[in-house]
Amino acid sequence: MSFSWAKPYEPKTALGRWFDERLPLPRLAYGAVGGGYPVPRNLNYFWNFGVAAGLFLTIQIITGIVLAMHYFASTDGAFNSVNQLIMRDVNAGWLLRYAHMNGASFFFIVVYVHIFRGLYYGSYKAPRELVWMLGLVIYLLMMATAFMGYVLPWGQMSYWGAQVITGFFSAFPLIGEPLRVWLLGGYAPDQAALTRFFSLHYLLPFVIAAVVILHIWALHIPGSGNPTGVDVKDERDTLPFHPFYTAKDGWFSGVILLVYALVTFFAPNYLGHPDNYIPANPLATPAHIVPEWYFWPFYAILRSFTVDFILPAKLWGVLAMFSSILLLFFLPWLDKSPVRSGSYRPVFKRFFWLLVVDVIILGYVGGAPISPFRTALGQAAAAYYFLHFLVILPIVSALETPLPLPSSISESVLHGEVAEAAPVGQTKRRGGSIATASAE
Amino acid sequence: MATKAQSAEVSSTTGTEGSDGYRRRDFLNVAAVSFAGVGTVAAIAPLLVQMAPSADVLALATTEVDISKIQPGQGIKAQWRKQPIFIRNLTPKEIAEANAVPLSSLRDPQSLAERTKPGKQNWLITLGVCTHLGCVPLGIGEGENRGPYGGYFCPCHGSAYDTAARIRQGPAPLNLQVPEYKFTGPTTVQIG
Repeated sequence: MSFSWAKPYEPKTALGRWFDERLPLPRLAYGAVGGGYPVPRNLNYFWNFGVAAGLFLTIQIITGIVLAMHYFASTDGAFNSVNQLIMRDVNAGWLLRYAHMNGASFFFIVVYVHIFRGLYYGSYKAPRELVWMLGLVIYLLMMATAFMGYVLPWGQMSYWGAQVITGFFSAFPLIGEPLRVWLLGGYAPDQAALTRFFSLHYLLPFVIAAVVILHIWALHIPGSGNPTGVDVKDERDTLPFHPFYTAKDGWFSGVILLVYALVTFFAPNYLGHPDNYIPANPLATPAHIVPEWYFWPFYAILRSFTVDFILPAKLWGVLAMFSSILLLFFLPWLDKSPVRSGSYRPVFKRFFWLLVVDVIILGYVGGAPISPFRTALGQAAAAYYFLHFLVILPIVSALETPLPLPSSISESVLHGEVAEAAPVGQTKRRGGSIATASAE
Repeated sequence: MATKAQSAEVSSTTGTEGSDGYRRRDFLNVAAVSFAGVGTVAAIAPLLVQMAPSADVLALATTEVDISKIQPGQGIKAQWRKQPIFIRNLTPKEIAEANAVPLSSLRDPQSLAERTKPGKQNWLITLGVCTHLGCVPLGIGEGENRGPYGGYFCPCHGSAYDTAARIRQGPAPLNLQVPEYKFTGPTTVQIG
C-alpha cells in the first residue's frame, strides 16, 4: 500500500481468485497485516504495544459480551448478579469477571506505554497527526467506557464514582446542574443512570473498534514510524509485516498475556478497590474515594484547584482536567522540531523523562488521601504538566540543536557491518570477543 | 506456516537443514504456533461452560410437594426446574381404563405400573411438557379439555394422552416423561 515495493496480493488457488474478484477481503488483510505491508526493520519493543492494545480490546469485548449474559442492570440485582451469580454460581464466572476487570487495567497499561512511546519518538508529527488524534479519540472513548463499566457492579465505589464524575458537569455555569440531572436521568445515580450506563458500556467498545480501524488506516498511509524517526527510503529499510512482525507481535503478546495471567490469577483485586465489594449506599460516602488507578493523574489535576480565582475553584479543576487531555490534540503544532525521535534530541529527552516523573507524581497524589503536603505537591506537578506542553516544548523545539541523524534506517541498523547482522553460529570473526560470546 | 518457500529469504542465514529437508526453524515455528493454538483452545473453554446451567439453577433441581389435598380424580400443577409437573390422583375407573389398553397398540409401550410407584398406582406424576414441541397440555385443571382418551390434550398440535399420560394420537412421539421422584412421607413427594 504505502511503498512501491510492497508485494501485491496474489491469490494462490482458484477459489482464492474467485473470492478476490468478488470481495477482496484477503487482499485487504494481506496489505494491512500480511506480507504486503512493509514495516521499518528497526522497530524496538515499544512498537509492540499497539498490537497488545488491540489484543486487550478483543479480550474486553469477548469477556464483556459473556458477562452481559449474566448481569442484571438493576439497582436491586446488579451487585448480587456480579458478586453472587457471576462470581460464585456461573461456571467459570469468577475467571471471566476477573479477566474483564484486570483486562481493563491492562488495556490502560499498554495504551499508556503506547502513548508515551508516541510522545518520545514524535509519532504525532507530520505526516501522522491524524493517527495521533484518532488515538486520542480512542483514549477518550476508553475512559468513558471504563468509567461506565466501573459503575455497573453497583458497589460503593461504583455509586460514588458515578456521583463524582457526573458532578464534573455541574461545574459549568447555568447549564451545569440541568446537564448533570439530564445525564443521570435523576437527581442522584439510580436505576435510570445504571440502565443507560450499561447500554453505553456495551455500545462504546464497538465504537472504539471502529476508530481503531480508522487509526490503523491513517497509520498505513505513511507507514509505521521507527526509533530513528528517519523516513523509509528504499526496500532495504523495511521488512514485510508477515512473517517478521507477526512473529514478534505474537511472541510479545505471549509475554504480556503471561503478566496479565499472573495478576488475574494471583492478585485479581490488587488493582481494584475493596470498597467496591460493599453494596451501593446513597446515604454514606466511603471515607477515601478514589477512581480506578488509570484516572489518578487526572484526578490529581482536578483536586489541585482549591481557591476561587475569577471562576469558582470547582470549574477551574474541571476545565484543567479536560484541557490536560485536549491540549494533546494540539501537540503536533506545539512541538515544531522537524526531528521526530527523542533519541536525537538531547534537551527534549531530559524534559520527556521529567514529564514521565511528573505524571507518576500526579498519579501518586491522585490515588492517595488528601493532605496539605500532597495537595501542594499535586499543584506543583499539575502546573508543570501544563508548563511542559505549553511552554517548554515550543521553546525546546525552537532552540535545541539535534544530534546528527543517520542517513537511512538500514545504515543505523547495520552500521555497515555485515557481521553484526549474521545469525548465531555463522558470525564472521570481527574483534574476537563478541563473535565468540554469541557462538557459545 | 513455516514452509521452505515462504521463508526462503531468511533460510540462507538460519542454520542447517536436516536430511529430511526441514530446518530447525520449521520445527520451532510449528512448536510455537501449536503452543499458542493449544492456549487459545484452552481459553475458549470458560467461554463455553459459562452458558451451562449455573449453580443457582442446579440448586433448584429438587422440589417437595404436599399431595394431601388432592382427591381422586383431581390433579395439581407443581413446578420443578422451572417446568410444570402434573400430579394426578387417578380414580379406580381411570386406572382400569389405562390397564385395559394392550401395550402392543401403543406408540411408546409402557404399562401404568411402570409409570407409577408400587402400591401408589393412583399417583400419576409426569412432566407437563408435551413431547412434541414442549407446550403444556390441558387436562390437569378442573374442567379442562382432557381429549379423546381422558388424560391430557395438547392444544398446540392436537396430541392426545390417555389416563396414564401415554401418547395415543397426534404428532408427539413419546409418553409424557415421568421424572425421578420418591414419596418422602405419606402425603409428601420429592421430585428430582
